[in-house]
Amino acid sequence: MDFGPHLLLATLEGAVTAAILALTAMGLSIVFGVMRVVNVAHGEFYMLGAVIAWFIATSLGAHPAIGFVAALLLAPLAVGAIAAVSDRLILSRIDYDPERTIVATIGLLYIIQQATLMTFGPDARPVEPPFNHRIALPWVEWGDGGLALYWPWGLSITSYKLFIIGAAAVVLTGIWLVMTRTRFGLIMRATQQDREMAMVFGVPVDRTFAYVFGLGAGLAAIGAVLVVPVQQAHYLMGHDPLLLSFIVVIIGGLGSLPGTVIAAILIGMTDGIISVFFSPTLAKIIATLAVAMVLVFRPQGLMGKASR
Amino acid sequence: MSNRVSKSTITRRTALKTLAGSTGAGLLLPGLAGGAFAQESGPIKLGFQVHRTGIGSAYGRWYERVATAAIARINDMGGINGRQVEMIAEDDGTDPRRGAEVVERFANLHNVDAVFGPLFSHVVIGAAPRAGELKMPYFVVSEGHHVASGALNRYTLQPGITDVKSQVISMAPYVAENVGKKVTMIFPDFAFGHDHRDFFTDAIAAQGGEVIQQIAVPPTETTFTRYFPSIPRETEVVYHVMVGPGVLTFVREMGEFFGGQGPALFGFIDSLEAVDIASPGLEFLEDSYFWEGMPRYAQPDQTPHEAAYRAAVGVDENGASIDDPRDVSTYAHMFGVWETLAVMKAGMEAAGYQGPDDRQSLIEAVEAMSDMPLSDDHPQGDKVFNGRTHQVFGKQSISRVQDGKLVRVHQTSIEDTLYEDEVDYTAQSF
Repeated sequence: MDFGPHLLLATLEGAVTAAILALTAMGLSIVFGVMRVVNVAHGEFYMLGAVIAWFIATSLGAHPAIGFVAALLLAPLAVGAIAAVSDRLILSRIDYDPERTIVATIGLLYIIQQATLMTFGPDARPVEPPFNHRIALPWVEWGDGGLALYWPWGLSITSYKLFIIGAAAVVLTGIWLVMTRTRFGLIMRATQQDREMAMVFGVPVDRTFAYVFGLGAGLAAIGAVLVVPVQQAHYLMGHDPLLLSFIVVIIGGLGSLPGTVIAAILIGMTDGIISVFFSPTLAKIIATLAVAMVLVFRPQGLMGKASR
Repeated sequence: MSNRVSKSTITRRTALKTLAGSTGAGLLLPGLAGGAFAQESGPIKLGFQVHRTGIGSAYGRWYERVATAAIARINDMGGINGRQVEMIAEDDGTDPRRGAEVVERFANLHNVDAVFGPLFSHVVIGAAPRAGELKMPYFVVSEGHHVASGALNRYTLQPGITDVKSQVISMAPYVAENVGKKVTMIFPDFAFGHDHRDFFTDAIAAQGGEVIQQIAVPPTETTFTRYFPSIPRETEVVYHVMVGPGVLTFVREMGEFFGGQGPALFGFIDSLEAVDIASPGLEFLEDSYFWEGMPRYAQPDQTPHEAAYRAAVGVDENGASIDDPRDVSTYAHMFGVWETLAVMKAGMEAAGYQGPDDRQSLIEAVEAMSDMPLSDDHPQGDKVFNGRTHQVFGKQSISRVQDGKLVRVHQTSIEDTLYEDEVDYTAQSF
């Protein structure tokens, strides 16, 4: 493939990765920012979103679009509810103690993963996209008569992949509006800034935590529902998103929402471009190296504030 | 604060106690079990190492169904040497380390007579040395060239399925003549895929063709579009073979990438095993070619032996489960389990097998086998077993997708698949 079309294809693939990553990492970042909880089970909430999406889409058995829309609405709610319940049952009982929450969420990771294996099974299962058209993209070249458009072999994207990018942007804008314009956002920000002071001012911190944990997991689930028509639901699919989300959150600055989005785009795009031109393994190596460099030279992350 | 300290002390102590207790039990149990069950009456116990979970799970599910059906058939026929056969299945998670542990459990805990069943080549390569050390007959159903290459040991045999090297050397002439000569290969990046890469590259060169690009993909990959731009424009044939949970995504993204243009496709059915060809997005596969170990769709000339086998393992004429037409089988590979068990039965009967002391005679009896004609024991077709290399040889099929079904367009002879011996296991000591 020529360099130009090759780069365009890589950029488009990277944009899809970045969109999903931004959603997943945003969930992790909000949970950490507000609750100071490092949620190791985050990838499993992502996986759960995909599996529940498959379940809803197949049990409805209607037109793929209906199944998909139902999954997009219900799966994140279901995952959010499961997360909120686990917050009440587990995390609140151990007082959100940093070390113990890490161990507890590792336990949660295995419980969710094995429960899925025992019920959903070990197979990868597809969800049909609501619509999927291949869009061939043109490229310009110097022909005999000057600049001419042509359609290079393999340079294409599907309408559904464009939809993923758009949907992620809409959800992220929604989150930003919730955080800045609503009472719930105000409560979350107050809890993030100073938990005790918020409590003194009558903020129901306990309930807020349950909602926030549910919201974080729900965001991961939205990412998974969007991705499952492109990939497939599988009980081990949570590993990579977890690793990449941590990378994004560390680079962007723990708890910083704009930092998370910027880092997700950065990591998603480099991952896409390096994977296409070199190899996906090299892309992971470079992302992990970037984390190490950020931790050495700017431990608070790109947009994070130095700890007080 | 003091409360927390005391709490953690108790936990640690309890944890230590539990740990000590379980280790003790773990040390004792295999010994006990070994003593209690090492009798030479009762059923013959065969350990089935199965990929129930991990990247091989689709194969594992069907291998287990076939093994269950084959053992039921053997028991209906009176068992082996007048004794019933009991299958003990253990999941290896499609993981080499766990594979070796499963072999150990079969030898020390279950005290089985022989082990069979693993497919994925990295698991076989990881576990076979342990089987050799434990002097446990290890019948693999793996396709990899590692048995016939001499990399394994006298206790590891592959009598039920042909190996990649013989498959690809018999495919190359057809590909060069009917599909194209400039080939780009896409294969999984582990031992099995490397067999494809190495042997097909040589085999197509011998036919005057050329592999112009080799694209290795990790078998755990979930998205593939990023690999396709490396396919050079002058490619005439894309040779694809993929395994793992992402195979449906792999073929679908390949279709989206080419969008109806692009080179001809020659695939190993591995890229589509357990996947319904009628899945949305796979329409582009029409007219493309596939290698099949055994044709998934019942062909017009299906033998009565194959029909009986198909019924016994619960597969309909489209290669899907009789109970659920969406549950597509790994039909091109799973006959290997059936035939392996038939060979194990024949070997045990020829050796007059009584118990674990006769394991060496079992190996020697199987090594002495050669012709295995088409029969209910060998429903895939005639086979020739090479006792020196521990590898079986048989006919291969090439099918073409026509009206959404795989139709056989070519069948090789056994001679097409032969190559020179690379090892003589019979010269190795037990």
